[in-house]
Amino acid sequence: MDDDPILFQYLLRLGDSPLILAQQLGAWVGKGPALEEDIALTNVGLDLLGQARLWLTCAGEVEARLGGAGRSEDELAFTRDGGEFRNLLLVEQPNGSYADTMARQFLFDTWHLLALRALLPSRDARVAAIADKAAREVAYHVERSGDWVVRLGDGTPESHARMQAAIDGLWMYTGEMFVPDAVELALIDAGVAADVRALEAPWRRHVDAVLAEATLSVPQNGWMQGGGGRGGKQGVHTEHLGHLLAEMQFLQRAYPDAQW
Amino acid sequence: MTSEWPLWEIFIRSQHGLAHKHAGSLHAPDAEMAVKNARDVYTRRNEGVSIWVVKSSDIVASCPGDREALFDPASSKVYRHPTFFPMPDEVKHI
Repeated sequence: MDDDPILFQYLLRLGDSPLILAQQLGAWVGKGPALEEDIALTNVGLDLLGQARLWLTCAGEVEARLGGAGRSEDELAFTRDGGEFRNLLLVEQPNGSYADTMARQFLFDTWHLLALRALLPSRDARVAAIADKAAREVAYHVERSGDWVVRLGDGTPESHARMQAAIDGLWMYTGEMFVPDAVELALIDAGVAADVRALEAPWRRHVDAVLAEATLSVPQNGWMQGGGGRGGKQGVHTEHLGHLLAEMQFLQRAYPDAQW
Repeated sequence: MTSEWPLWEIFIRSQHGLAHKHAGSLHAPDAEMAVKNARDVYTRRNEGVSIWVVKSSDIVASCPGDREALFDPASSKVYRHPTFFPMPDEVKHI
């Protein structure tokens, strides 16, 4: 599969979601609701950034083997434009309140762990190895974000209302996580990619259980953003990604190859 | 918000340590979150294999004012140290 251009695309998808989410969590540094939360959230962000580095480095190596530019992790992260990013729409949604950030984290973490575990038997040994390392970290992320959904959902009337609003608002971005397109289907057939269709049922079981414990109601499945095959994974993003990239990429854009 | 959260004392057992040692304290809304916060605050450099958390308010401490009564009587009793026995050379690790 090494010389397959679709593998490059798939590796970008695996790397861009943790990259964008890490950038979002970085924006909380120094602003967390408590010192302990600030450190904990930063740890999660750094885990995700480390995972993004592994996936994007791997993508660059595949690109080189294809006879392409063979971009480094930094070039891929800091010099691509919005339309070239392949992250899920969910992770580019704004930080909002702590309830919004934790709801986003919980919905993503739950999917992320299932997806990484589904990659463990991948026929591509590097994909399996990166997934194995990442899954150990994400197993903790899922517990932590789930804890916060329960504590805020089953907390005060205000925290309950805010957490319910956060879950309701983000729900429409969860659909695309379970819809494979031609890129994924080809790699699923080749035994390389995770079959995301099989993840929806276990994802719902976990999400339903946590929301029930949090005394929150599960939103109705309605229109899903990107669910028709034109979403984050295909490079069609919401308006938030451009602003996020402007901040994330500023330094490398203004001072290319800056070092310190 | 922090002021509403109770304080917890954190004890960490290190990789090779036999006993949990006091590592510091932190704020958390409940015991479970205190364990998670302790993991993030005190074990991020691979310091430990086990965590205990105890609510600071549950710790009963000796009073500094009682120091003389509690500890001074022991300072003049050197015979309580087992250093007055001749030990054979063959006995190690004493």
